Amino acid sequence: MFTPKPAVSRQTPRGGQQNSGAALRFVENGFDRRQFLQFAGGAVFASGLSGTADAADDFFFVQLSDSHWGFEGPPNPDAHGTLPKALAAVNALAQAPDFVVFTGDLTHTTDDPRERRKRMGEFRELVGGLAVKTLHFLPGEHDASLDAGKAFREFFGPTHYSFDHKGVHFIALDNVSDPGAQLGEPQLAWLADDLKQQPQDAPIVVLAHRPLFDLYPQWDWATRDGAQAVQLLMGHAHVTVFYGHIHQEHHQMTGHIAHHSAKSLIFPLPVAGSQPRRAPLPWDPAQPYRGLGFREVQAEPPVRFALTEFPVQGG
Amino acid sequence: MNHDRMNRRALLQTTGALALASATTVFAAAQAKKPRVIRVVAKKFEFVPAEIHVRQGEAISLLFTAPEVPMGFNLADFQLRADIVPGKVARVDFTPDKAGRFTFLCDVFCGSGHEEMSGTLVVT
Repeated sequence: MFTPKPAVSRQTPRGGQQNSGAALRFVENGFDRRQFLQFAGGAVFASGLSGTADAADDFFFVQLSDSHWGFEGPPNPDAHGTLPKALAAVNALAQAPDFVVFTGDLTHTTDDPRERRKRMGEFRELVGGLAVKTLHFLPGEHDASLDAGKAFREFFGPTHYSFDHKGVHFIALDNVSDPGAQLGEPQLAWLADDLKQQPQDAPIVVLAHRPLFDLYPQWDWATRDGAQAVQLLMGHAHVTVFYGHIHQEHHQMTGHIAHHSAKSLIFPLPVAGSQPRRAPLPWDPAQPYRGLGFREVQAEPPVRFALTEFPVQGG
Repeated sequence: MNHDRMNRRALLQTTGALALASATTVFAAAQAKKPRVIRVVAKKFEFVPAEIHVRQGEAISLLFTAPEVPMGFNLADFQLRADIVPGKVARVDFTPDKAGRFTFLCDVFCGSGHEEMSGTLVVT
């Protein structure tokens, strides 16, 4: 398994936590939030915090996000090579994950519906090379906002759904098919019904593209009706959200709910509000692929998750 | 009788004067509060003008049109937003209560240049 290294962390303007290091592992414990809160306060965890859970029920999955297949431009001169490198790194893990989840913006937007489908077809072919065959896809606004998710559904299936895996209930939400970045009343009603079927103490993982809380609305880092989803989730004791969209790692609590954003696989974006405009951070030839990566999430039942961040590496 | 008639006439004159004064006051107040209208076009993929200058405490009425596709206006620092639908004028009235430079953006995904579609409200 991956050997963790220490990383440097700093506070973001919204009080969340961003990791700027090459690799990081920490453990979130849904029963005892002290460890996560300690992390949120600035401390960084190394590995070795796990080990108390029943190893027989442990599993891990991989989160990849924001690959923007089809993007071309100076922020990533290796736009065609970055996703394949990440997929190769997943295949090279000492142990295969139970599944891989892609939290949106699989493809870069295009106004041409034929080109959109071409990019989705190429993306699907690429990820077909993963050794793990259970894949879960979510749309990002680049995939779905111009046609209300039509092309995405053709290639990857429903845009919101739920499934269970080894005692954890996963809920994939679609906050992008509406170009106004809303879940909408029908999906909120579906979420409420889905949650009603879960015990109050069930371990629940929510997957989404955009943050469900107002991370930084000035840069459109929000979901217009995300607060309603969070309110529904607040009725459950053990909820963790994994999302993408902001092209950087970020960790924040809303009440007892932990929210973790993933790095991108195309270009990093700046820390919220750190510069006047939301523009990609420039490619640094001295540190190629800096800020890009993917995440391994180790689920340690009943409600404990350990996150390990992997960089994209050249070669 | 004459005394009463004179009193009524005086009363009517006074009332008329008060009514006139009141109407004048209302008109003046309306004049003072009439917002300054600023027209903004939201087109692919820019706001025109992209920089809007106003004064703190000044009543503003932003009138948006979108000639091509649905757009959005979101000025998060003032918690203001509007949908801009082609063929209609979207109106946002407000009085800025703080000075500074504030970014506004399109919050309805409108195409390949959507993420660059933003502007600045400058309040002095």
